[in-house]
Parts: sequence; structure tokens; C-alpha cells
Amino acid sequence: MSYWTTAMRIVAKDLLSEARTREMTNAVLFFALLVLVLFSFSFQPASDEERRLASGVLWIAFLFAGVSVLDRSFLRERVNDCLDALRLTPASASALFLGKCVANVLFLLLAAVILVPLFLVFFDLSFRGDVGAWLLVLGLGMWALVVNGTFFAAMTTNVRSRELLLPLLLLPISVPALIAVVEATAVALLGEGAMRVWIQVLIAFDAIYTTLALLLFETVVEGT
Amino acid sequence: MRSEWTFPRWWFGLVGITAVALVLGVLHALWFAPTERTMGTVQRIFYYHVSSAWTAFVAFFLNFLACIAYLKTRRPKWDAVAVSAAEVGVVFGTVNLITGPIWAKPVWGIWWTWDARLTSTLVMWLLYVSYLLLRQFAAEQPSQRVWAAAFGIFAFVDVPIVYLSIRLWRTQHPGPVIAGGEQSGIDPRMFLALHVCFLAFLLLFVVLFYWRYRLEGQRAELAELRARLHRLHLERSV
Repeated sequence: MSYWTTAMRIVAKDLLSEARTREMTNAVLFFALLVLVLFSFSFQPASDEERRLASGVLWIAFLFAGVSVLDRSFLRERVNDCLDALRLTPASASALFLGKCVANVLFLLLAAVILVPLFLVFFDLSFRGDVGAWLLVLGLGMWALVVNGTFFAAMTTNVRSRELLLPLLLLPISVPALIAVVEATAVALLGEGAMRVWIQVLIAFDAIYTTLALLLFETVVEGT
Repeated sequence: MRSEWTFPRWWFGLVGITAVALVLGVLHALWFAPTERTMGTVQRIFYYHVSSAWTAFVAFFLNFLACIAYLKTRRPKWDAVAVSAAEVGVVFGTVNLITGPIWAKPVWGIWWTWDARLTSTLVMWLLYVSYLLLRQFAAEQPSQRVWAAAFGIFAFVDVPIVYLSIRLWRTQHPGPVIAGGEQSGIDPRMFLALHVCFLAFLLLFVVLFYWRYRLEGQRAELAELRARLHRLHLERSV
């Protein structure tokens, strides 16, 4: 089986198991929704400066959702030693990693489909800028969170304080990507400023960390 | 395999030289260097502030090299180098982050600004605290050294990206006016004071680093002795 087929099989497996159990989607979506609602109690954007802040709220909600999704990603494989079984197959570890990343991005995009319209409603916002470019930002930003997050989640699955450790590792690493997505989202909402440069930052970030993670994944999971 | 854990003679020599260098650093920073015209006496903290930043950079770079070396060779020695460098580096980074606001408040009128250099130094410090937390949390895991080495590489690669993205970010916003940078050329006596302080801090880094590195070796040996003792107990009881 080719590398890509293997990775896609992993994606299909994760989606199927999630579709059957729905152990994650409901809780994660509800959690992210709560974050949005609570933030909209604390402030309502009236001026452009406050609209700029709102873009941060959306990404904080995604971040929380992302950490919960990523945390479950390898936890699911711990039951019945599924991870060991997966690793016994001739599939390469990096294909497994890639599959996991794609599945996690899909889960987060599903969250986005529900959260973004609600976000626009709650905060009384609309996209004055380029929506198409923003969708690209959304995808690249999700990938930035997921590629490092999946890597660290695989590492921390067996650690006792896993839920705490994962954000501790993921958040500082993601600082550049977070700056880029929040700024690009503000540009898309306000319709002024340049989004291009932030897309470039995200592409660079994604390219660098995808390469690093694919190179090091095999090494990192060998002993777990 | 019993080894004597006394410090080598050169280390004590180095401690002596470091003490002298630190005293010279104080003299240079507080006496020999002239008082800066606009900022006044408070500018003298600059010698410690900049020296600690440079030393922290050296430490984190050493951590990065040791992480790569560990993943290549899997020798525990490199892991010990990595953790020692990160730990001492975080100490120097903390000195840098504390002295910065003390200087900034009277000079800029604010404690903190999200400018590229400040923010990236802070994020770098956060990354290495994360690195140390990972080691602490995963201490009982068999592959914790590999994980730490991977995270060390991830963290170091992040620093230039953080710097770049924050520079882009700051140019998008009006920032507070940053007055009197040191780039505008400095008095040779100030230059000398800065380099004496940097040298003193580097020596202090080597002293502390080696101390910490030996501690790591001692811990490994202790763990191994305990395991042996445990095995002996088991054999006896059979």
C-alpha cells in the first residue's frame, strides 16, 4: 500500500470511529461554543479596535477545541493497545502521523463550520475583507496547530498529567502561528490591511514544522 | 565502576577566575563606565541585562546542539549536556527578563512593550521552561530523553520564526517610542564594561553548567546503584 493510501486509511479509520462513538465531537463543539458565549458576555465589539480583539476570541475558542481534539487523538488508540497494533503493521510511522494530522484537521474544520457563523452572530460581525483568502488562513492555521499538537500528543499519551502537559508544550511553540492567524482574521473582518504577509508566515511555519515532525515522529514513538 | 565525584582541579581554578571577573564586571559597570547622558545611572543595568541575554542565547544554542547530538548518538552524556544548558539558560534568561523592565520603566516610561526583541525573548524563555516541564512531567517515561531532544529542536527552530512574526506584527501597530537605543554607538569604556560583564557571565555559565552536568551524572549513577542494590536484594531473597 502506498504511503498516501496508508495515511488516508488512518483518516478513514479515525473518522469512522468518531462517527460511531461521537465521544469527542459533541463535547468539543459544546466546549468551544461555551467559550464563545462566555467571551461575548465579557465584551461586545463596538469599535474597529474591539473588532480586532474579537478575532482573538475566535482563535482562543479554536485553540481550546484543538487541545481537546488532539488530546483524544492518541488516547483513542490506547484502548486495547490499538497503537501497538498500528505500529506492528508495515505502515510507516510518518504515514500514521500524517493520517492522524489530517483527521484532526478535519475535526477542527468541522468545529469551524459551526463556530464561525455563531461567532459572526454573537459578536455582530461580518467579513469585510477577502473571505476566500481567509479560508486559506483558516486551513493553514488549523494545520499549524495540529501538526505540532499531534506530534506532542503522541509523545504525551502515556504521561500521567497528559492533559496539562500538551497545552504547555503546544502553546509556546504556536506563538508565531497564533499571531499570524489572529492578525489575518482581523484583516479579513475589518477589510483593511494586508493578509498576504501572514499567509506567508503561516506557510513557512507549516512547512518547517511538518518537515520536522515527519522526520522525528518515527524516533519519538519508537519507545512508547 | 565506582567513581569519585570530586570536582576536577581546573573547575576550582575556573571558579576563582569567574569570581575575579564578576568583581571586575561590577567595577566596570558601576565605576569605570561613564554615566549615560540622558538615561543616567539606571542605564548601568544594561551591562547585566545584555550580558545575561547573550549568555542565555549561548546556553540555548548549546541545548540545541546537544539535542541533535543525543538523537544521533543516543549517548546519555548529550542528554545531560542538553538539560544542564537549558536549566542554566533559563536562569540567565530570567535575569535578563527581570533587569529589562527595571531599565525600561524609568527610560521608556513603561515596564513592558510587545516589541520584537522583548517578545521573542519572553517566548524563548517560555519555550525552555516548557522544555524543563516536559522533562519533569515525563521523568519516569522510558523515552523521555528522546522526547526532550525532539522538543528542544522544535523550540530552537521556533525562536527565529517568533522574532520574524513579531517584527511583522509590530510594524502593523503603532508602538511606544523607543528612546535611546544602544545602536547609536557607545563610548569605548561602555563597550569594554559590557564585554567584561559578558565574559564574566559566560564564565559563570560554564561553572554552573559543569556543576549541573556533574549532578546529572551523579543522579544517573545513583539510579544505577539503586537498581543494582535492588537486584542483589532479589537474589538474596530467592
